[in-house]
Amino acid sequence: MQKLRRTMLYVPGNNAGMVKDAQIYRSDSIMFDLEDSVSINEKDSARFMVFMALRTQEYEGIETVVRINSLDSGYGKEDIKAIVMAGPEVIRLPKTETAQDIADVEELVAAAERKNNLPEGKIKLMAAVESPLGVLNAYSIALSSSRLIGIALGAEDYVTSMKTKRYEDGTELLFARSMIVNAARAAGIYALDTVYSDLNNDDGFLRELNLIKQLGFDGKSIISPRQIDHVNRVFAPSKKEIRNALEIIEAIKEAEKNASGVIAVNGRMVDKPIVERAERIIELARASGMALNDDEEE
Amino acid sequence: MKIVKTGMAGTLESSDVLVTVRENPGKGIVIHLQSIVEKQFGSRIRKVAEETAERLGIEEAVIQLNDRGALDCTIEARLAAALYRAAGITEYNWEAL
Repeated sequence: MQKLRRTMLYVPGNNAGMVKDAQIYRSDSIMFDLEDSVSINEKDSARFMVFMALRTQEYEGIETVVRINSLDSGYGKEDIKAIVMAGPEVIRLPKTETAQDIADVEELVAAAERKNNLPEGKIKLMAAVESPLGVLNAYSIALSSSRLIGIALGAEDYVTSMKTKRYEDGTELLFARSMIVNAARAAGIYALDTVYSDLNNDDGFLRELNLIKQLGFDGKSIISPRQIDHVNRVFAPSKKEIRNALEIIEAIKEAEKNASGVIAVNGRMVDKPIVERAERIIELARASGMALNDDEEE
Repeated sequence: MKIVKTGMAGTLESSDVLVTVRENPGKGIVIHLQSIVEKQFGSRIRKVAEETAERLGIEEAVIQLNDRGALDCTIEARLAAALYRAAGITEYNWEAL
């Protein structure tokens, strides 16, 4: 079954309460942050906190991700040394600009895996792109490693570098989002959108969610558990979409049985891309725990 | 690992613990605990602290824990951070934890 990555919840690595409670909100992934949410004086303490939490706490099937510091920050290498031993599912590299950035991290992760007798390749990687150069290199970054499961946009640094800011309609991010989602699709990995920081603006958040769903993103980094329901609701297929998808799958089965060629459902021709979309909707509905008519009838 | 100065880590926020470590020449490990759950978990918290210090090779230290309901892993993490800070060491032995 397709892994859902609709919501990746940021948890500041030095916040004991949030690290303790992160799993109770049931986001698809939890991202423990060692980078921007942790002050320079607390980098060591946050690293110990995330290390110990991952070693001892049960996250009940929720994907665990650690955002490390970049290698040139002076903290990234120690982050990798510790975090590989702690064993999250994914390490996320911030401020990725080139495929080489990922290659450098992969080399250190592989070395740490070997040193600790861990299966090589076990820990997956994710790249966050936060600069104009990173956006232009999105495709080569997306192809940079067989460990790479996704590519994410970090918009705050990006808009600053672009000499703009974030606007309600998101036009300033359209190019970056399109590049990232296109690169992800071409490489066969996940595309994750940036955070929406205004927790008191539900309308703006929903507008942004509908936009990124329309663009083809798999999900979004989120900064509060309050945002989880909104994301899940927007990304869930509607009952009508599920019904339609089931009809298409049924019609295809029927056509295969009868060895008939071109088929139509509700007066519309069904071809390969439509079948693929229908299959994706069913998969997403199943992964979201939604009831399917055919399952209910069985 | 030898304690050479005072080191602190953690906070007084809920679910956290503020750890202060000081030198204690010739007097072994002494633990002072203040906790909102001391009656139920006091002995457990002391044991976690003792074991963590032992794993990191600490033989002498005064360890003060001001606990706000921290999990064992939080106590271990904050104590480890405070001990390394107090020892002035930035080469970490992750295997020992």
